[in-house]
Amino acid sequence: MKTLGWKGLPIGGLILEGGTAQQYITGGWRTMRPVIDTEKCINCLTCWCYCPDSSIRVENEKITGFDLDHCKGCGICAKECPPKVQAIRMVAESEIRG
Amino acid sequence: MAKRVAMTGNEAMAEAMRQINPDVVAAYPITPATEIVQIFSSFVADGLIDTEFVNAESEHSAMSACIGSAAAGARTMTSTSSQGLGLMWEMLYIASGLRLPIVMAEVNRALSAPINIHCDHSDTMGARDAGWIQIFSENAQEAYDNMIQAVRIAERVLLPIMVTTDGFIISHGMETMELLSDDEVKGFIGEYKPQHSILDVEHPITVGAIDFTDYYFEHKRQQIEAMNTAIPHIVEIGKEFAQLSGRGYDLIEGYMLEDAKIAIVALGSTVGTARVVVDELRNKGIKAGLLKIRVFRPFPAKEIADVLQHVKTIAVMDRSDGVNGRGGPVFGEILAALYFLIERPIVVNYIYGLGGRDTDMKQIQDVYKYLKIVAAGGLLNDRPAEYLGVRE
Repeated sequence: MKTLGWKGLPIGGLILEGGTAQQYITGGWRTMRPVIDTEKCINCLTCWCYCPDSSIRVENEKITGFDLDHCKGCGICAKECPPKVQAIRMVAESEIRG
Repeated sequence: MAKRVAMTGNEAMAEAMRQINPDVVAAYPITPATEIVQIFSSFVADGLIDTEFVNAESEHSAMSACIGSAAAGARTMTSTSSQGLGLMWEMLYIASGLRLPIVMAEVNRALSAPINIHCDHSDTMGARDAGWIQIFSENAQEAYDNMIQAVRIAERVLLPIMVTTDGFIISHGMETMELLSDDEVKGFIGEYKPQHSILDVEHPITVGAIDFTDYYFEHKRQQIEAMNTAIPHIVEIGKEFAQLSGRGYDLIEGYMLEDAKIAIVALGSTVGTARVVVDELRNKGIKAGLLKIRVFRPFPAKEIADVLQHVKTIAVMDRSDGVNGRGGPVFGEILAALYFLIERPIVVNYIYGLGGRDTDMKQIQDVYKYLKIVAAGGLLNDRPAEYLGVRE
């Protein structure tokens, strides 16, 4: 995202349009990454309901993965995934990235 | 035709607010400012104006309501004093950081402890770096005039503004003064056309978004620029007000200063007392002068240095002490303003009138006496300030 100087900014820190949170990449804050086992997933969409960052990707009513540009790794999806399903587990970013 | 009336400072400020007829007033009562919103609420209750009057449960809530209201694009006012201003503290910075043109009638009163309800400037001076424009009034007439100008100034530069009077001395002292007509005030302030409103669903905005290391500095720089460049706007609006009322307003006001050898710098009601003392001294052939600072924020450093540079000895009168081991806040500002002169006057600091201690002509005479001794080569005391009218 291009950063602006003080002369080009809207007054008082205002944001003059809606939906701009999408432009702000917060995935870098994450230390734990959700990993889904699509074999186990029953597509109940409970995780999609609970995700505070709208980072559960859904196509045709099926979970396809996560928006890792915005997922902060809070783990709510893994916590809310029904106990009998347990399709999502949290994995340390360090393990994934090495 | 101007209407000549007898009014207290509080009545004058409430009357100005009635004529301004703001969209929203949110306030919580506190001595000695209580009457301002009390009288104003009567105007609302009597149907004289259509302001939305919000009785908040605290000053913190009052300022919060003002911020919300101003963010919605409403012309917004409030009033407070002392501890009330203290309780508004964090919200003062939010109002200025969000660039909301809120107008506050602030009645100067000492901060606790010890608890006290009388005048000094410790409350307003404590808020001197909160990003608010600050205007001090010498009397009820100025309080009224400043309130009307404040609306224009705030909405022009998009910074909040506090207009102050001295608790009880001005707020409760009755004076004769002139009022403008309702139409004249209405014409002068004009209609407020906010650039943005949080209630405008056609143009959605976010107010108060978080800034991290990437943007906080830029937004602050922008706010600083608004204060840095506010002076010409304040001057211009003061001149325009003079055309309307016949009463001219500038950032500062010199009295017998052009050829003065010794001079006092003061703010607020004490200026009136000092003016009489200057007249007395002039009658005796002593070249005494006086500088009133009307606009304290933004601080008119260059203008002050220009008019004080020829004076030999100056006493800066501070109606509050910084309790910082270096005297009062006005003193520090004046020293900084004079620093860039090649030949600098000798400057002494007087702390006076704390907690409403009466500051009479005798005390001011003593200050000029001391200035004469210093001007004649007398030694300065080795302490941060002189303390006027305190029992040893």
